[in-house]
Amino acid sequence: MKNILKPLLAIGVFLLAFTSCDNSKKSDSRSGALAGNVAEKVYVAPGEHDEFYAFVSGGFSGQLSVYGLPSGRLFKVIPVFSQDPEKAWGYNEETKPMLNTSHGFVPWDDAHHPDISQTQGVVDGRWVFINGNNTPRIAKIDLTTFETTEIIEVPNSAGNHSSSFVTENTEYVVAGTRFSVPIPQRDMPIKEYKGNFKGALTFISVDPQDGNMDIKFQLIMPGFDYDLSHPGRGKSHGWFFFTTYNSEEANTLLEVNASQNDKDFIAAVNWKKIEEYVNNGGGTKVPANYAHNVYDDETHSATSTMKKEVLVVNPAEVPGAVYLLPTPKSPHGCDVDPTGEYIVGNGKLSANLTVHSFTKMLDAIENQKFAGDAYGIPILNFEDVLAGTVEQPGLGPLHTEFDDKGNAYTTFFISSEVVKWKVGTWEVLDRQPCYYSVGHLMIPGGNSQKPWGKYVVAMNKITKDRYLPTGPEVTQSAQLYDISGDKMELLLDFPTIGEPHYAAGCPADLIKSRSKKIYNLEDNKHPFAVKSEAETKVVRDGNTVHISMSMIRSHFSPDNIEGVKVGDKVYFHVTNLEQDYDVPHGISMIGANTSELLIMPGQTETFLWEPKQEGVWPFYCTDFCSALHQEMQGYVRVSPVGSNTELKWSLGEEIE
Amino acid sequence: MKKSNIIMLVAALLPLGLFLFPLWKITLEAPQYPIPLGMYIYINDFSDANPHDIKNINLMNHYVGMKYIPEAIPEFKIFPAGIIITSILGLLIAFKGNYKWFLFWFILMLVLSTAGLYDFYLWEHDYGHTLDPKAIMKFTNPDGTQMGFQPPLFGTKHILNFTAHSYPRLGAYFLAMGIAVSFIAFLFGRKQYKKLFAK
Repeated sequence: MKNILKPLLAIGVFLLAFTSCDNSKKSDSRSGALAGNVAEKVYVAPGEHDEFYAFVSGGFSGQLSVYGLPSGRLFKVIPVFSQDPEKAWGYNEETKPMLNTSHGFVPWDDAHHPDISQTQGVVDGRWVFINGNNTPRIAKIDLTTFETTEIIEVPNSAGNHSSSFVTENTEYVVAGTRFSVPIPQRDMPIKEYKGNFKGALTFISVDPQDGNMDIKFQLIMPGFDYDLSHPGRGKSHGWFFFTTYNSEEANTLLEVNASQNDKDFIAAVNWKKIEEYVNNGGGTKVPANYAHNVYDDETHSATSTMKKEVLVVNPAEVPGAVYLLPTPKSPHGCDVDPTGEYIVGNGKLSANLTVHSFTKMLDAIENQKFAGDAYGIPILNFEDVLAGTVEQPGLGPLHTEFDDKGNAYTTFFISSEVVKWKVGTWEVLDRQPCYYSVGHLMIPGGNSQKPWGKYVVAMNKITKDRYLPTGPEVTQSAQLYDISGDKMELLLDFPTIGEPHYAAGCPADLIKSRSKKIYNLEDNKHPFAVKSEAETKVVRDGNTVHISMSMIRSHFSPDNIEGVKVGDKVYFHVTNLEQDYDVPHGISMIGANTSELLIMPGQTETFLWEPKQEGVWPFYCTDFCSALHQEMQGYVRVSPVGSNTELKWSLGEEIE
Repeated sequence: MKKSNIIMLVAALLPLGLFLFPLWKITLEAPQYPIPLGMYIYINDFSDANPHDIKNINLMNHYVGMKYIPEAIPEFKIFPAGIIITSILGLLIAFKGNYKWFLFWFILMLVLSTAGLYDFYLWEHDYGHTLDPKAIMKFTNPDGTQMGFQPPLFGTKHILNFTAHSYPRLGAYFLAMGIAVSFIAFLFGRKQYKKLFAK
């Protein structure tokens, strides 16, 4: 019968007369005399929504923050690689496995480069991928729940920095190593680095349906430092480009010893060719040990599986798959324009900006014009692949993004500015200062065939005097520029969490309509879930006590529990029975050596409490849920070891 | 078949629309509910306007001691039976009867519909006034009597932080049209009869 409701709505004639609420459009307050005002451009009126989402990495906070643009308002900090007591991430029993690695539980990482999934070269808003730099990992965040649902560890890698960029149909999310290391890891003298240490470039396949990640292959490259990367797109789809530094293969005082060569390389990898090789049985399976952690929305729990093998490919096995493009002065950012023709090498110690041509690269390869080789990998001639140079644009170029009008925007760390230049003519068009020492910049869709070139966000490492001081440690920040006109215009500074290392953005409409409101209680498959108060119970199994508890406005069931003893391991498995949008409940127990739980409607989470003292100990709801939130509380009676207090529980009546 | 009987046939069938479309809708608006809570009343069911609305209405109402909206009420059996019986009766009249019977059916339906509305009112009144003595929040009217939370039978009413709307839906219009059309059948039949008589 409910299916009939839709056709019913179509019969508007009958209903219009009785339409009860009037959602008449608010008048447009932005027109008129104030239209040119900078403040107006970032003002999003109360109750209105931002035009873009920006997913800004937290850098050393290990998390991913969600901002709105142009307002610069922070909506959520999504816990990814670091424990978050606010959301019980890495504290509750369900999410602890997400932070498991081959080194055990690692509760922190350095989150660097978020990248949104793409379909046919256009950002599709399904997932965000982000790399953990320190203990190499790639995480996937589901943009229907804004939760981290998968983390895969990357073996044979160290300083997972040239990551986590996706190919134009999200075939792969790519993770390159910054440090070269012995592969496999072994005890050896550091001074034997040269020729012995290797750099792994890891291609992680992404299932087009559920996004499941799996390491397809690792390309074992010479022992350089692989700094950043980007996929080819359009005509260069099928290739991936990695900047390298330390082609000197130094292992100490790199600031000097890795800065000696006039040119390092951009490594161009034909991943389609290697994929074909691998699909035909190529490559070598070698022992490895890495964690694959998956969170399930129905069990509301994560599992961690240790994988024991990885497929490695030596570039020499696949002739014509890898080439080295000489690029001046320790290039940092490796950026590909929306057409896929130009590959920008941001030589961070160079005064100029080098741009390579994909077409010229193919020509040089076809004509076998090689300058030499490095460990068997052909090196092309700099002049043969050079498309052009942006002359003297600034000092310390780091990263470049693109708009939809054929312009490029490059950050300069040392001269602290964003410089706009024309792709093809290499002419500098505009420059705007950054406050201060800008690293990455982001244009929504900037790493795709279709950038939305309305704003650029510059992410600064240093703020000094830009905000009210907060002692020696002050905020890092982002700056928003309007790039819709000929000249860039600084609109807004806004503080960020941790280090705003890099960001990815897209129009809000791609995501917001798919954002989940609640978890369906009916679909909850958590082994200790309760679907109603009637199912709540307390079960003892030796020294372990499982409390299957429910929460709904404004009480817990049960809220009186007796028969727990000192030394027990008491698991609170708590299900939020609410099925209404934005009605989470929290729970915390006095003396529990863990965080609170913050449980969304329809979800079950678990914390462990090991009572150490006899007594009657309270627990309460930690999220202001309702008018009777303060009444949402309960007691657990803890009896001494060996006592015979019976295990009993109740709600609304006395335990006899 | 006479034209008036055909019209009566249509009149007798129209109330069956109640089996397809909701009879009534109650909507509750509050600042915290940008998408209002709502409940459709069918002749044999209560249903959510949006998923889980009835559960959430119950959750709100328990604070003031209101009962849960029941899964089923006796009316869910009586009303459908009433509609089926009167429709069959209407069909019999359409095939066998004359305009006087049309008027009879018209009056019968008016009486039964009014009785149904009155029953609905009684249920609403009970729902809004029979409150748990241990209600979490107790409100009194300015004159000291216990505040009730009865939604309006028809129209819009402010109840604490909620604005309640109660309006008939498509099913009710089918019923109303059936009743109206039976009266048209009566008028038409009488005209035809008088014409015949005049000759």
